[in-house]
Amino acid sequence: MTLLGGLALWVACLLGVWGALTGLLGAARGRADLIASSRHAVFALCGALLVAVVALEVALFRHDFNVEYVAAYTSRNLPTFYTWSALYAGQKGSLLFWAAVLSVFAAVAQVVTAPRHRVYLPYVGAITSLVIAFFVSVMLFGGANPFERLAFTPLDGRGLNPQLQNPGMVFHPPMLYLGYISITIPFAFAMAALLSRRLEVDWLVAIRKWTLLSWLFLSIGICLGMWWAYVELGWGGYWAWDPVENASFLPWLTMTAFLHSVMIQEKRGMLKKWNLLLIIGSWLLSIFGTFLTRSGVIASVHSFTQSNVGYFFLGFLAIAGALSLWVYARRLPDLTAESTLESIVSREASFMFNNLLLVGIAFSILLGTVYPILSEWATGTKVTMGPPAFNRVNIPLGLLLLLLTGIGPLIAWRRSSLPNLRRQFAAPTASFILAALVLLVAGMRDPYPLVALSLGGFVLGTVVQEFARGVAARHRQYGEGWWLAFGRLIARNRRRYGGYIVHVGIVVLFIAFAGLAFKTETEATLRPGESATLRSPYGWTYTFTHLGISQYDALNRQVTAGTVDVTRDGRRIGVLSTEKRQHVDSRGQPTFQPSTEVGIRSDAREDLYIVLAGVVNGTEQAVYRFTINPLVWWVWFGGLIVVFGGLVVMWPGGGAPAVRRAQAGYAVKLVAKAVG
Amino acid sequence: MAGSTDWTRREFLAGGVGVLLSAQDTLPEAGPAGKLWDPGRAGRPVEPTTAADNDAAIQAIEKRLRCTCGCGLDIYTCRTTDFTCPASPGLHRNVVALAAAGMTGEEIVADFVRQHGIEMLMAPPARGFNLTAYFLPGLAILGVGIALVIVISRWARRARPVETGAGAAVLPPTTAGELEQLRHELEQFRA
Repeated sequence: MTLLGGLALWVACLLGVWGALTGLLGAARGRADLIASSRHAVFALCGALLVAVVALEVALFRHDFNVEYVAAYTSRNLPTFYTWSALYAGQKGSLLFWAAVLSVFAAVAQVVTAPRHRVYLPYVGAITSLVIAFFVSVMLFGGANPFERLAFTPLDGRGLNPQLQNPGMVFHPPMLYLGYISITIPFAFAMAALLSRRLEVDWLVAIRKWTLLSWLFLSIGICLGMWWAYVELGWGGYWAWDPVENASFLPWLTMTAFLHSVMIQEKRGMLKKWNLLLIIGSWLLSIFGTFLTRSGVIASVHSFTQSNVGYFFLGFLAIAGALSLWVYARRLPDLTAESTLESIVSREASFMFNNLLLVGIAFSILLGTVYPILSEWATGTKVTMGPPAFNRVNIPLGLLLLLLTGIGPLIAWRRSSLPNLRRQFAAPTASFILAALVLLVAGMRDPYPLVALSLGGFVLGTVVQEFARGVAARHRQYGEGWWLAFGRLIARNRRRYGGYIVHVGIVVLFIAFAGLAFKTETEATLRPGESATLRSPYGWTYTFTHLGISQYDALNRQVTAGTVDVTRDGRRIGVLSTEKRQHVDSRGQPTFQPSTEVGIRSDAREDLYIVLAGVVNGTEQAVYRFTINPLVWWVWFGGLIVVFGGLVVMWPGGGAPAVRRAQAGYAVKLVAKAVG
Repeated sequence: MAGSTDWTRREFLAGGVGVLLSAQDTLPEAGPAGKLWDPGRAGRPVEPTTAADNDAAIQAIEKRLRCTCGCGLDIYTCRTTDFTCPASPGLHRNVVALAAAGMTGEEIVADFVRQHGIEMLMAPPARGFNLTAYFLPGLAILGVGIALVIVISRWARRARPVETGAGAAVLPPTTAGELEQLRHELEQFRA
């Protein structure tokens, strides 16, 4: 099978080059035969890469340890669940996974694209084929072939890194990859529009859902990554401004900017240049993230091992960036706006400032991520950009963005009058003041959490007001019951109200982040029966009683578990267990350093987070770290709301075309006509 | 009931629960007399916690200093995460020793920077070239923001006379009610 897999990679490489050439030539010269050949190449490419994936999975499940990748990332006693995920656990396998998923997306784009957008498909096929050919050539010529064989066959493999043996790591990388990879499709459509000079609003319609899909996958991937870091790494947090974390966040920010500014282009025919730049930038940032993860140029706990692959990506990034920006620059005269802004107090202007902040934050994070290198170049001194540095710059910008999240929906399109502003802002401002007063009376003095929570009140006030007015209008117009009106309001205006649901999710996330300011922790050495206490920010006193240490063998690990009885203000709330795990191969030989499994008890108010540091002198006397993390549950819940809102926006349908057009902004034009 | 050898059902159950609770001291597979069956499995042996480990001032200093193991975390987070780092316990002992010798937090941080270089700081000092990392994004946003305000204001000035000149009415903002009415009429039109 590995022979077949290797062969499939060579076939895929050739097909990629063929698909790119025929697609570009066919589209440029209007040759139907070449265009058809390019389309077929895209499907064949997908087939070849899926064969390669299946071949690698077969090798993984057959424990073919003569294959270097199989020996490096699996062992005979690795659970089946993780044997499957070993496909993308290492550099080489993840490159194959990336190329295969992109080929699936490319084939799907060829099939599902609406007939009126088919004009772009030859270019789309060519660009996706080119990107896939690059990934496959990195595998073949960059020393990253997952089917490479060893000169000998080990009895057992090394096994999967224990930190990757977590359900979060089974789902987090594919989701993140799906987000990263699918950005190539909107990028390909944008380049197709530029190359074909068909720059009317149509290309935008063709890519909006793809961009939303990428954004959704990236959102899920980032949230799952945070969850994995929290439950697996044991440091009690979920975001450390690590370069690889930042790399995933950068395209998310620029795509969020695009999803806002695209509305201005749809409604007013403005910001065409900007929107194209955002799409090109998002794709380049996704390649930049791949370069960061795989080059080892910046130290990160998430990076793959340092290899030459990074240079391939750097070269690709430079060439692809230069080419796409050159094409973009050549088409600038065709990208003139159809109208201009009429007032600074308008929805359009607020979206522009929202874009400015989103892209500004992306710039700030990018600068912070590469700053150690820049500093070394400029001053000869390497510095560290840790969480304190990122927080110092980005928390104020994030709060400003939160404020705009609340302001944007309150301002009318084109122009807002003073009475309208008064009417719109009254309730949200009242909820802001109320939230701030309640928090001040409750004794909160920490400025950032205070501002974040108060602004959360403001944004929620805005969203509730928007929903309330919409529901009331339906109730009046159609005589619908309140809940029916609420359901139909969302169902018939999915984009608008789905967007508001996303805003609610963002507010919930900000509130949860603010909770981190109230984290408390203590370390304690306890003999069985001894207790440690910790006071929570809510005023409760938790008592942790060490019950003892147990040791036992599991499938692929030797476990030392510490068990702790927990009471809150004297009331018993349960038992928590935290482990030290020594992973072993099928012969019982240790494979990695011992790892720690955290004991977590989570509720809506706070998490109890217990880590077994180790034991003293080989006895049951144990050292623990006890942490109380307020509001962490809301991080996951906020992420779910964001994803749910994104799904609502994406969900197909939404009423008759005429109604959809009305919701998409043509209403304003129709009203204008009626008034005129 | 005193002196009787017969147990009531309640006493029997209470006795059973007592035996079960006392069994907590000898958890399954725990070694005899508090010694672990195989201490080698429990990771690196650790020292009992001292008051300095929970000292907020020590923690604050350690959160400003980077661990040298390459994890990218600060000394405090690294030494309390996974507890396998070979560097952070030593760095922690240094911080505690310097604090015990009477040095202030700033002096301790300066001492670490002297020994290990500026890279030791989790956030570079806000001076010289480092100012770009702290202020460039904010200044760029401010600059572009001001430019946007100027450009939009110009557009707005240009847009207004054209509109009034053409006799077009200045539109009142569309309310949710108007949109619903429009949708209603469109649906009627379609029907």
